[in-house]
Formats: sequence, structure tokens, C-alpha cells
Amino acid sequence: MIGPPLSLKPHMDAAFGGTTDMFGYIMRRVAQSALVLLVVGFVAFAMFRFVGDPIDNMLGQERTLEDIERLRAQLGLDDSFLVQYYRFLEQAVQGNFGLSYRQGREVSEILLERLPATLELAFVSGLLALFGGIVLGIFTAIRKRGVSSSIIMSVSLIGVSLPTFLIGVLLIYLFSVGVDLPFAIPMLWFETEAWSSFGLVWIENTSLGLPSFGRGDVVEIGGWTTGFLTESGLKALILPAITLGLYQMTLIMRLVRTEMLEVLRMDYIRFARARGIRSRVINFRHALKNTLVPVITITGLQLGSIIAFAIITETVFQWPGVGLLFINAIQFVDIPVMAAYLMMISVMFVGINLIVDMLYFAIDPRLRVDRGGSN
Amino acid sequence: MVDTPVSETKPAPQMTRLQRWWDSDFMYSFRHAPVAVVSFIAVVVLVMAAVCAPLIAPYDPFNPATLNLMNGFTAPGEANAFTGESFFLGTDDQGRDVFSTILYGMRISLFVGFSAVLLAMVLGVFLGLVAGYVGGWTETIIMRVADVQLTFPAILVAMLIFGIAKGITPAEYRDQMAIWVLILAIGLSDWVQFARVVRGTTLVEKNKEYVQAAKLIGRSPLAIMLRHILPNVLSPVLVIATISLALAIIAEATLSFLGVGAPPTKPSLGTLIRIGQEFMFSGEWWILLFPAGTLLALALSINLLGDWLRDALNPRMR
Repeated sequence: MIGPPLSLKPHMDAAFGGTTDMFGYIMRRVAQSALVLLVVGFVAFAMFRFVGDPIDNMLGQERTLEDIERLRAQLGLDDSFLVQYYRFLEQAVQGNFGLSYRQGREVSEILLERLPATLELAFVSGLLALFGGIVLGIFTAIRKRGVSSSIIMSVSLIGVSLPTFLIGVLLIYLFSVGVDLPFAIPMLWFETEAWSSFGLVWIENTSLGLPSFGRGDVVEIGGWTTGFLTESGLKALILPAITLGLYQMTLIMRLVRTEMLEVLRMDYIRFARARGIRSRVINFRHALKNTLVPVITITGLQLGSIIAFAIITETVFQWPGVGLLFINAIQFVDIPVMAAYLMMISVMFVGINLIVDMLYFAIDPRLRVDRGGSN
Repeated sequence: MVDTPVSETKPAPQMTRLQRWWDSDFMYSFRHAPVAVVSFIAVVVLVMAAVCAPLIAPYDPFNPATLNLMNGFTAPGEANAFTGESFFLGTDDQGRDVFSTILYGMRISLFVGFSAVLLAMVLGVFLGLVAGYVGGWTETIIMRVADVQLTFPAILVAMLIFGIAKGITPAEYRDQMAIWVLILAIGLSDWVQFARVVRGTTLVEKNKEYVQAAKLIGRSPLAIMLRHILPNVLSPVLVIATISLALAIIAEATLSFLGVGAPPTKPSLGTLIRIGQEFMFSGEWWILLFPAGTLLALALSINLLGDWLRDALNPRMR
């Protein structure tokens, strides 16, 4: 398999190998998450403090030494490093990251305004990746030696090597700009009653007229802008969602396939076959259920990377979400926006990781019983 | 390598090192994996083309004296309407030969990729060895940092490092420093994989007898780590390095495409795709598709090679 290894996190293995004390384990994970957030907060604070001089950013060209001194004292920049870090955390917890250097508005306000666009995109592509991945994974596992399976596997190999931005650009090229690439689609012609003839539909140009940038028309509902309710909004969502979901889909597909092949070799499947249970029931009721545990957890962890990879997709499609905001902030060294984005995304990541870890206990009943008792 | 008559008459002739290497299990499985052979040849051809770019490229795309704006937007293989010149893969908006810019761009992509992986490898292997061999607080700190970093996708970490470095470097040096900042950003975002694997293997190796023996004769910890343990943990490192190379090239292309990587004055493949994307809507497809195809070929063949290497070097897969 290609791509990052999909092993469960080693600290999980360690925890389950030793003790299954659930409460202690979760408490340890919560403490660890808090530590991660403190470290990230430190990085964000260090960016504020050491990248450029805040005084420079606030006072213009005609400043006097007294002005600088006064402002330093007023802002508390003369206090010790730790005191300043504490103050930064205090403000950050309240969601206050100051003003954007570039737009001169509250950073939290800008982020909140942009967040719905990113979340909608991530949601749709996550669903696409999950369903597409599971369906294709099952298919390629059941038809292990079929021609269509090996075609899907080879295409997925190319899909893993294609960078996200290139997928986006190529999709725009094919379905938005359009290429004069005549090809035929076999079609059944439906007429009044039953189908009457079989034929080919020639398509001269691949363009589907899909929009290549922006969100289309959005509807605002209580501060949340949604593109789900308008036709142009939905249309605008198609290409970005595919771009963002494709890579995750190939990962999930390969994972489902590997797990499924492993499960199908198990004795209980063989016995089920021997008992004459229909293969559809075996594949979907018996085998699929046992494949889903690692799939759900890995998908949960991938949700974090969907949000991060949204930066790339949003740039390709000029999608007005937080990722595009972040890239622009990097280009213009807009430190408050960078720091706030970093904090926001780490809270999301850490939260998702924590939930996924707890899901292990919820999904897999074997982890809930105390292992010491069963020995 | 002229064999003496004595060795010729022997039933089992002395093999040269080259022959032994060719007959080894590793080379046997290589010769019998057509995918590996093809991707290896593709990688070698692409790398050679990049290294020899000044010799192969028909034009020097970065020398303004050789450029003619009239040659802009020449389609591949066709003669330009004004100058009558024709170009193998066409020209971009400034009349630069696309074939030459791809060769030079690949040079930058590969340079950044190799350097970043080298940085990540040296850093990761060293920290992994130290964490595994020394243990205790040192190990806890190194591995906690690795865990925190692993919470975030590497590309995000690279972007962040790039952003911070950009803020620190003075504006007039930014373009010159961009390539080095890029290497630093990708290298620092990628060391964790190496460190984790090396630490795991080191934990196993350090209890073996040869390490005990080395300790007994009084070798220093550093010498034991570098001279005794390191050679025994190298094969997984090689596999990760190959796959990391593909990832690093893709990461570089992504950053450059997003405009936070190689500057337009020193375009890498990602920058070329960024430029090409602007002309996609007006029908000049060659400016986009040729660099894109090159990037795909490069990433795919390195990936396939790494895939094969993983199976070939893994004793359990034989």
C-alpha cells in the first residue's frame, strides 16, 4: 500500500496491551490533549512576540521614544515572558486574538464569518469519501481477482500520487473549461413503455458548465451562511468536494479492502459459507460489521486532515473559507490570523482525536470488559 | 577483473562483488518485478534529465537575453505566427520554451525534495537513536514532541514554518531564501516518521549481544549508536526515505502552487503549474498539462519504487 501508514496510534496499542482501565486511560488522554493545546498556544504566542515587533505594527513612522516606552508599558510588553504568555492564553480562551494586520477587523469575527464555508465543504467531502471508499473497498475485496477491481486499484494508485491541487486543477480543466474530447457513452433509450433500443451518445465536449470558483449564491440563516439551499450553491460545491474527498476516498477504500480481505479469511466466515448462508448476507452482515471498527476510527482521524487539506482546495477554487484566509495570511505575514487559525484548528484536531479514542470503547465491546477478569 | 587460470578451473568460481550483488535476493526480486524495473528506469531518466538540464535544454529559460516575447503562446510543435520558430512542447506567455522550463523546474523540485528528505532523515534518525538508546526523560521529551507534531498534517506544519520563517527574514532576502526556507519547512515537518521507526528498532537492537559486547569493551554511547546500531536500522529508513521523497516533492509542489514556496524567478514544477493554471481558461493547455504530467510521472514512479522496496526489504513478505 502506498501513502502514510494506516496503523492505529501506538499509544493506543500500548494502553490496550497493558491495562484496560477506561477511566484512567481517558483521563490520561485528556491531560495529553491539554498539553498539546498549551504547546500550540506557546507557538502561537511566540509568533506574536518574536515575528515582527507589535509596536512597529501599531505606531506609525513618526513615533518618539517616549511613545514607544508608553505603549510598551501600557500593553504590558515589559512584563516577564511567562506573565505575557498567561495573559495571551487568557485572551485566547475567550476567543480574542486582536485585530488582523491586513484587514483591521477582529480576527475572531473574520474567522466566524468564514467558518461555515469550510465546514460545509469538509462535511460533503467527508461523506463522499466515507461512502465512496466503503462501497469501492467492499467491491474490490469481494471481486478480488476481477478485472474491474484491478482497474479500480490501479486508478487509486494514481490517485494517491496526484497532489490535491492537481486533482482540482484537472477537474476544473475537464468539467468547467471543457476539452473537445469526443467520446461515447453507451445508453439505453427509454421510450414510452419499455426500453426500445440501445445506442451510443456522443459527447463532443467534456464541459459540464460547473463553476470553477466561489460558493455560488448563499442563504444566511442566523449567522450561518449555507450554500445547500440554492442551485448555484450546490453546483459550486461539486468540484471542490470531489477534489477534497478523492484522496481520503482512496485511503478509506484501500483500508476497507485490506480489512475485508482479512476478515473474509476468518474461520467464522468459512463456517457461515459452509452453513449455506447467502454470500450477500455473509459479506454485508457478518464481514462488513467487523471491518468497520478501524474504518470509523481512521475516518475520524482523517477528518482533521480534511480540514487541513481544505486549505489547498479552497485556494484552487477560491472558496471563501478559513483555509483561503490562512494562505493569504501567510502570504502577507498576518500574524494574528495565522495564530488564531492555528489555535482553532488544533482545538478541532485535539477534540476529534479525543472523540475517536473514546469511540474505540463505544464501538468495540471487547475493550469494555476488564481483561483481568476474563483470564 | 581478470580471473587467474586457477580460479577458472575451480568448480565454484570466485564471484566479483558486482556479480554477488547481482545474484543477491534483493536484486533477484528487483529483476522479477517489472513494475519496479520500469519505475526505476523512469526515476533515473527523470533525475538525469533534471541534473543535465543545462546540457539538454534547448534554451535557457532564465536568461532574458535569449527570450523573445513574440514567441509567446506558441503551441507545441507548431511554428510561431510571427517568428516562425517552433518549440517541442510550446512556449508560455513570456515566450519561454516549456520543455526547458520543465527541465529546470524539475531540478528545483528534486533539489528541494532530496534536501528536505536528507534533513528529515538525519534529524529523525539521530533523535530516534538517542530516544531509543538513552531512554528516560530524553526519550519522553523527544517522543512527546513527535506526538504533538503528528497531531497535525505535515503540509500544515510546513506551511506554518514557512510563514514564520518568512516573517523573520527581511523582505529583501525573501526571494533568495525561499528555496532554503522551503527545504527547512518540509524537512522539519517530516522527521517524525523516521524518529518513530528508528526508536522502535533501536529498542529491540540495544538488548542484543553485539551491543552488550560493544559496551563491555568500553565504546562510547555515541559510537555504539552510530557505528553499531545505525547500520542495523537502515533498511526501514531507506523505505521511509523513498516514500518521503515522493511526499516531499508533492509537498513542495503544493506549497509552490499555493504561492508560499519557490518564487516565480526560480520556478519549480509547482510554480509552473500555478502559472499554467492561469492560461487554462484561454485554451493554452500545454503550459499547464506538460508540467502537471511531469510531476505526476515523478511522484508515481517514486511511489511505486518505494512500494516495491517496502515489500522487498521486509523479511516477512518474502
